[in-house]
Amino acid sequence: MAAPLTLLLIVAVTIRAALYRSSLAELIAERVEVVSPITAWKRVVEGLALLDLGVSPYSGDVFHETPIIIYLFHFLVDYAEITFMLADVITAVALYMAVTDYNKQVFRKQKFALEADRYPLDCLELIRNPKEMYYIPLKVAMFYLLNPFTILSCVAKSTCGLNNAVIALFILSTIKGNILLSAIFLSLATYQSIYPLTLCAPALLYLMQRQYIPVNFRRASFWWFVVQYAFMYLGSLFVIICLSFFLLGSWDYLPSVYGFILSVPDLTPNIGLFWYFFAEMFEHFRLFFLCVFQINVFFYTIPLSIKLKEHPVFLIFMQLAVISIFKSYPTVGDIALYMSFLPVWSHLHRFLRNIFLVSCVLLACSALFPVLWHLWIYAGSANSNFYYAITLLFNVAQILLVSDYFYAFLRREHHLTYGLYLKKKDGSEATLILK
Amino acid sequence: MAGRRCSSSVLLLILWSLSVFIVVSSQETTPTGGHHEVAADNPQTTTETEQQTAEQPAVEEREWKATEVEKATLGDAETDKQATSAPGSVTPSSVPRPKDDFQEELVIRPLHSGDIYASFQFRTLWETDFMKGNKVSHYRLFPKSLGQVISKFSVRELHISFTQGYWRTMQWGQPFLPSPPGAELWVWFQDTVTDVDGMWKELTNVLSGIFCASLNFIDSTNTVQPSASFKPLGIGNVTDHRFLRYATLPREIVCTENLTPWKKLLPCGSKAGLAILLKSEKLFHSSFHSQAVHIRPVCQDQDCKTTSWELRQTLNVIFDLHTSGQGKREWSLFKMFSRTLTEACPLASSSKVYIDITDDPQGDQFELTPATPLLSQAVVMGDRRTFSVYDLTQQITFGTMRSLNLLIRWKSSEGHMLRPLLHAERYVAGYGLQTGEIHTLMYNNHPYRSFPVLLLDSVPWYLRLYIHTLTVTSKGKENTPSYIHYQPSKDRVRPHLLEMLVQLPPNSVTEVTVQFERALLKWTEYTPDPNHGFYVGSSVISSLVPSIVAMDTNSSQERPLFSNFFPCKEESSYFVRIYTEPLLVNLPTPDFSMPYNVICLTCTVVAVGYGSLYNLLTRSFQIEEPSPGLAKRIANIIRKMRGVPPL
Repeated sequence: MAAPLTLLLIVAVTIRAALYRSSLAELIAERVEVVSPITAWKRVVEGLALLDLGVSPYSGDVFHETPIIIYLFHFLVDYAEITFMLADVITAVALYMAVTDYNKQVFRKQKFALEADRYPLDCLELIRNPKEMYYIPLKVAMFYLLNPFTILSCVAKSTCGLNNAVIALFILSTIKGNILLSAIFLSLATYQSIYPLTLCAPALLYLMQRQYIPVNFRRASFWWFVVQYAFMYLGSLFVIICLSFFLLGSWDYLPSVYGFILSVPDLTPNIGLFWYFFAEMFEHFRLFFLCVFQINVFFYTIPLSIKLKEHPVFLIFMQLAVISIFKSYPTVGDIALYMSFLPVWSHLHRFLRNIFLVSCVLLACSALFPVLWHLWIYAGSANSNFYYAITLLFNVAQILLVSDYFYAFLRREHHLTYGLYLKKKDGSEATLILK
Repeated sequence: MAGRRCSSSVLLLILWSLSVFIVVSSQETTPTGGHHEVAADNPQTTTETEQQTAEQPAVEEREWKATEVEKATLGDAETDKQATSAPGSVTPSSVPRPKDDFQEELVIRPLHSGDIYASFQFRTLWETDFMKGNKVSHYRLFPKSLGQVISKFSVRELHISFTQGYWRTMQWGQPFLPSPPGAELWVWFQDTVTDVDGMWKELTNVLSGIFCASLNFIDSTNTVQPSASFKPLGIGNVTDHRFLRYATLPREIVCTENLTPWKKLLPCGSKAGLAILLKSEKLFHSSFHSQAVHIRPVCQDQDCKTTSWELRQTLNVIFDLHTSGQGKREWSLFKMFSRTLTEACPLASSSKVYIDITDDPQGDQFELTPATPLLSQAVVMGDRRTFSVYDLTQQITFGTMRSLNLLIRWKSSEGHMLRPLLHAERYVAGYGLQTGEIHTLMYNNHPYRSFPVLLLDSVPWYLRLYIHTLTVTSKGKENTPSYIHYQPSKDRVRPHLLEMLVQLPPNSVTEVTVQFERALLKWTEYTPDPNHGFYVGSSVISSLVPSIVAMDTNSSQERPLFSNFFPCKEESSYFVRIYTEPLLVNLPTPDFSMPYNVICLTCTVVAVGYGSLYNLLTRSFQIEEPSPGLAKRIANIIRKMRGVPPL
């Protein structure tokens, strides 16, 4: 397996290096779909320039990345292209290793279940065989590295690539069962953009499952584990925040980074739902809707963790998707991360209802983004509503995609318990519905 | 000894007249018992006042004589000094020297383009102290409204200008007092002020009322604190720019409603003196109009023992050859202002009209009627210029017609103007509504000298400047600024401030470029005409330009008003401030007509997400039981009522 992965990495790096050298790089770096006010490379360079002028980068409203990023690039600014390519490679390799490990566990569990005769007899078609699972890790790495969204994001030097690498490392260390590293990477991801906070729940569920700790609120071992993990998570978060304070010598970065993410003052168009909504919002309802939209991102964590208690990795996928749809400044890089998980769920394809429609819509929207942007901003023959309509459609398609996978996952679980070919009382073929 | 005797007699006379005055006023103010008494008192009072008015000229005459004598004795031997010092020390207490003084002047400069430049300056000097706790309540020449503003807001210096049109330096040369299009306000506060921003906010609102202008739109989003460009012009060497506030409103329209309150600040209003020329129907029918008020503390004399407040009101106007002059190269006061001069302001100590005739030494370019024998030379803007002077305080100026209507008639349209040594222009480059680039071009036309300039740019927050894209090039080479002060903007709070010191090489163009990104605003933050665009105020370029002739550094010497506004520290250079064009930048706009639709549609999408997840989370899979048809259900109900088992 190492050879195809190496080949894939070489191809991916070559594509990126070629694009960096082409005239497209500048064009891509300006695209609002690829860079957000937080992740734009132009703004990171501006932050560095301000630091050189002796002005705090957080005294203005151009730079919103975290202090660690600015100090990282203080030393690496000349090697930025290599850094971003490396980040993509790390993400892909981490996902590759994580999925390999996860598949092994899935297979082992399935073997136990089969030996215990827990599956109904007609479910043999649903049983996964090692042959089709063999290429899944490679497919995941390929889905990440060769996804045009990732390539664009990397060529634009969007710092989203770094966030993805941190999240991928978090997933890897969680699946490998390393509690400390998992907590550290999760706190790093939280520090970068708040929203990965919700990944806390799947990490806890997974680690407890691995250590055979039952998820039971009355058991001391459960609480002891939660406290342990929370201590490591909060401790490392505290260390990172204090470290950034000592790097800059002021707390200015807190409102400038987290206040900026939560209060959405910059209404630059992007692929998300926030910008046009808050540009057109009535002033006295702004705070209310801001709270509603921000809570919406965190809202699904608890119900999803209850429903997917037994499947934390699928929960991670669901959480990543929810974050990238409902976050305040989404970019295509965020979408690329959860899309790279799609090959892991390839066994769900027989239960997907509208995957063809959704993929067509996603493709059409991706093509229409630059077209309508051009018509609005450069040609002046369209207005903002055109671009807004496409972002709406794009988000509806993403929501349908995610809920479709969720539906398929639940349905497969149902079939694994009750059998694939269900019969009505009178013996005729039954149809399943949600009630 | 003669001087002493004279002055003591003057003293006596004045004391006597004062006592008479006090008696009169006390009699006027004492409550009178009845009509009878008043009638009895009246004759006496009238005779006394008559006496007083009769004495008044006599007093003045004596006073004039006394000073004459003093002057004569000054030239005497050392021994006489003891004697002469006595009247000198007595005079201020006995003869209250007028503590305030008013001067007015008009400068007319015929321009090569055939246009004409008229510049009015009115200066009120008042030796008083607004600050030291004592409430100043008696105002004579100084306008009370501004005096109260100075004392209430602890203002050290105040400069405000309203300008309609853009000053074309390359066609018209340097103006006597530069100003940017729109409104400009900069104020130095006293260093005792603690809450400068609060003071500034209140002050702008008060000035907005005084001048009937939209200065109340000045808030933190267009106010900056320049670190080097705006030094105090009066005395005092405070350099702490915490006490300085600078703001421009490039969109401000200047019209009659701003001119009327401005004229009311003059001691004579628009009733007499040069101000009768200020008729709005003519002033605003011009290519450039600028009116300003400058208040600053100045030295009274050479060694600066006493300070006084100077209020300088200026009005500059350019009349166009074609629109105002009907294309004829012939100008008269009547043609320009539709008025002629008949008298000086009676309160003015000096009232003069200067005509710039430097370009016409032999009188072959244009002719001037009526001719005047008075000529004056002044060094202004690094150039020695010759002026014909008309003194309005002299009756002879008005001639037999009792009115002065100056007439300037060109004989030939040739000749060339001296190119200004420093000149600047600015524009926005790029297309589309996403990004753009501001280009500022600064021309140094000096053939062999290079000099430094201070460039100040204040850019609103919605054009996000990227300082790392700043480039300064002159003659194709990079020109690193020796000083950069940059304050990045805060969204909806404060603008960008960029100040830098650039050395301009001789005979060169220096180009400063910086990229920006256009922000999408909330729909309520746009102006009512959003597609007109947003204004960005002028860049300010301040510089000490090498002078061709030696500048006059002696500030105490009596000079025409137009040449002594900017203090001059050294002979070899003079201070110039120029303003570039304001910029008009378009921003992307949302659709203003559909906030409801957007709110509904976005909420629908969020609801779709919520709904589909909620569905999957709360429901479970069940086998579908086909529900019976409507007919069957009705039949079953009937069967149930009948007590028969259902179908």
